[in-house]
Formats: sequence, structure tokens, C-alpha cells
Amino acid sequence: MPLAKLENVTFSYDKKINVIKDVSLQIEKGEYVAVIGKNGSGKSTLAKLLNALLIPDKGSVTVDEYSSANKKQLFEIRKRVGVVFQNPDNQIVASIVEDDVAFGPENLGIPRKEIGERIDYALNAVGMQEYRHSSPMHLSGGQKQRIAIAGVLALKPEILVLDESTAMLDPKGRKEVLDTVRELNAVHGVTVITITHYMDEILDADRVIVMQNGKIAMEGTPRRIFSEKEKIKKLGLELPLAMRISEELISRGLPLKEGILTREDLAEELCSLKRKI
Amino acid sequence: MKDVTFGQYYPTKSFVHNMDARVKLLLTIAYIVAVFLVQSFHFLGFVACLLFLIVATVLAKVPILKMLKSIKVIIFFIVFSAVLQIFFNNNGTLLAEWWIFKITDIGLLNAGFIAARITLIILGASLLTFTTSPVELADGIESLLYPLKWIKFPVHEFALIMSIALRFIPTLLDETDRIIKAQKARGADFESGNIFKRAKALIPVLIPLLISSFRRADELADAMDARCYAGSKNRTKYKKMKLSYRDLLGTILMAGLITGVIFLNKFYIVLAVVV
Repeated sequence: MPLAKLENVTFSYDKKINVIKDVSLQIEKGEYVAVIGKNGSGKSTLAKLLNALLIPDKGSVTVDEYSSANKKQLFEIRKRVGVVFQNPDNQIVASIVEDDVAFGPENLGIPRKEIGERIDYALNAVGMQEYRHSSPMHLSGGQKQRIAIAGVLALKPEILVLDESTAMLDPKGRKEVLDTVRELNAVHGVTVITITHYMDEILDADRVIVMQNGKIAMEGTPRRIFSEKEKIKKLGLELPLAMRISEELISRGLPLKEGILTREDLAEELCSLKRKI
Repeated sequence: MKDVTFGQYYPTKSFVHNMDARVKLLLTIAYIVAVFLVQSFHFLGFVACLLFLIVATVLAKVPILKMLKSIKVIIFFIVFSAVLQIFFNNNGTLLAEWWIFKITDIGLLNAGFIAARITLIILGASLLTFTTSPVELADGIESLLYPLKWIKFPVHEFALIMSIALRFIPTLLDETDRIIKAQKARGADFESGNIFKRAKALIPVLIPLLISSFRRADELADAMDARCYAGSKNRTKYKKMKLSYRDLLGTILMAGLITGVIFLNKFYIVLAVVV
């Protein structure tokens, strides 16, 4: 049984223009799903629908038996689906790291002793244990975003949704956050849905969902998605860097094989080419 | 704007830092009362308050320089009220006169007295914020205001609003800085012209700041919702406030100060009679 399910979901902010149009989607436990699409394609709305911040006009969102149509079950859904947003500054509630991480568990009415354990778990999982008593203001963007992730992890969610959480970070901060999320998925078994417009971030996802005008335009493994180069370009999206470089090299006459996706692929191919010479 | 120290937290571990926030709040109020109890021109009472403050500062391990910097922001206010006292007091022996201004001995004494009073109060209040983190402060106020729940006052919400406001001060200061730079890059001029011109020049800073604050508030609300915030109902607290021997010692010290001030007030009268 899927962990989360969207069935024929339609949503509009103003009751006129549908931002999400009849979308059906299933998320399995332990999956690493990436959602890409141009601005205004409905990606962020999808994130908010998933954790019941928005309620669909038509169709249903269910997480673990709980439906967001039932007002009494909203918190059961929010407990299971944690969302990390774009700007870390606007998500941190308290002026001390541990107080901020404690905010979620406090809301759930969890006993004091267990909150302490959850703070330990969450800060360890994002590798920020040593900053427990510092002020988030003095941390870097990547570190702040890791604190925001810890704040969500303290709720012990089954699904972690990252809504363009790396968009405001510098390359170092972005790497920090991505490494953290990958580890959460691999080691702690957290299901991850990452919404992004950096193509290089989705290469190690299990599944990629491409959104366009509120609909799912493409769905599949990164390798399959990017094998349809023309379609990706038509959707207004860029190809990953390694792919663009290899395309360029091929067009200049270098005999590279087709289907290079990651930087590792490209390095491998170039090396084997060198060996042949 | 970054070296404004009034209202800031000075993180370290000390006797005063470890005191209960509620006790510190009450003691600060008691301290302010003590400063006001000192009767006119009984400067010895102020000396007692200053001694108390010095002891507290040493116990709090807050650098004296940091303490003094907290007066910097309101130094203008102190001087202004002192000057008003000097010029607009007509009692006492006339020392000098110019146009409508008269300087009298009582006026001078009054000025010194008021300046000392404000300085002592500000120093005391900043010692509270130096040694108590915003969250502790908000929790302390929430706990002290708890009885108001009886008249349906939203105590928890009030405390949360306060702690979020404190949390966002540095963020908004950064933002202001950024907007000012952006407007300067477009040729805005904040430094020349008279006071009205300068005030008007600030409008292109304040409006973007206001708009972005609303956007931030919106995003913060979403983030809080996403983390299951649902008001004070069924909410637990991670930080627990506990009274300790430190709070008892602090209270005893404060009781000593108030007794001392009252005694000095009486003693002064006796002294005056003897002289």
C-alpha cells in the first residue's frame, strides 16, 4: 500500500484558475522522489497539498489512512508529512537552536523527557548537535536550513518534503543540505520528496515527476526522463550539466556514447576514450 | 546598528544567567522600585543601588564595558531630560541667568538626580536582557501572567508573539540594511538635507520592509502550521523553570537593597536635623 496518495486532485487559489489539474500520484515508503517543473507549474502547491496546508477542491489526499478532507485528521497528516520551505529565516521560530527544534514536539504535547530525546535524534541526524545551544542567527544558510530540517524531523515524520529548500543557498550550503537529505533517506529510511529546479539535484532520485501547468507531464527514473531530451527542453527545463557537456562534445565530433547523465558517467566515458587513444 | 547592545542577550554561564527568569523579572521590577524610592537628593541611596548593580554584574560575568554601551542608545534622552531640569527649574538660589533661562542650585541637583535615576534603571533593565534569553524572558512573562487566564487574556499567544518579535529583530535589521544599500545603489540619498527631507528619504526603505515583513509573516505561519501548531491547547513545554538557591540569594540581596534605601532616606533626615 502506498504511504501517500493523491487521487484526481484539483486545486485553485481563487476558484477560477486551477493550479493543480486532476493529478493522481502515489508515494511509496522509503522512496526518494524529485518533482521538477517551471515556475508556476504547481510544484509548491503540490507540497502544501501533501501536508494538508491546502485542501483539494476536488479529489483526495490520503496519508496512511488519513484524509485531508477530514478536518479532524489534519494534524495526523501534518505529523506524518514534514515540509521544509525555501527561506530558512522564515521558518525558525525560536532564538535558540534547541528551542526551535522543540517547537514541533511541544505542539504535539509530547512529554518533556521525550522532547529532549527527539532533539538529540533530530540534531544528530542533520549533524548539528554541537550547535544545540547557539543562536540560529549566527549560522550559515546551509546550517540554518539543516536546523529547519531538524525542526521537522523532531516530529518524526514519515515523509520529508523539501519545497525548493536549497534555492536560497550557496553551492556549499546546497551540498550540505543535499548530503543530509540523502543520508536521512538512506540511513534513517525517511521517504523524501524534493521539489527543485536544479536538475543536478534530481539525478539520484528513485523517481522524477515533471510538472507542467498543474499536470504531471512526465514520470519515471531520471535516466528515462532525461533520455527524452527534446521533450525536456520543450517543457522549458534544462538538462543536467554532465549531459549538456557531453552533448556539446558529441556535436564537436568527440565519439562519446549516448546517455551520459551524471558527472561520474562523463568522467568514466572520457577516461575510457583516453585509454583507447 | 549592530552595536546597539540594549535588549541583547549575552550568552555565558553564570550565577545570574542560571537564575529563574520569573524571579529575575520580579527582581528587576523591585530594583526599579528601589531606584524610585530614593528621595530627592539622597544620593547615598543611588550609591547603594549602584553597589547592588556592580555586585550583580560581577555575578553575571557581563563585561562592564558591554553594560556601559547599553546606555549609549539613550544617552541623548538622559542629557535632554537633565538639560530640561537645569533650565526650567526656578526654585533655589540663582546661580546664573540668561534670557528666560535660569540656572539654580536646586536645578543642577535635580538634573544630576534625574540623570542618575534613568542611568541606573537602564543599566538594571539591560542586565536582565543580558542574562536572560528571549525565550526564557517570554516564558517567564507567560508564567507570571498566568493568573490573567482567568479573565480570558490570551497569555500563551501574547508570550509567543513577543518571542517571535524578539527572534525577528536581527533578521529585520539585516533586511533594512540590504534595502538601504539597494536604494543607495539606485541613487537614493539618505545623508543630506534637513530632518524632513531625510525622513522622507526613508519612505522607500520602510515600504519594502513592511511588504517583506508581511511576506515573512505569511511564510512563518505556514511553517508553524506545517509543524502542527494549534495554539496553547494540549501543548507541552520543553524548558522547565525551576527555583534554586540562587533565586533565594538574589531575593535576599534585593530585600537588603530596599531596606538600605529606606534606611538611608530616614538617616538623611536625621543627618539633616543634626546639621
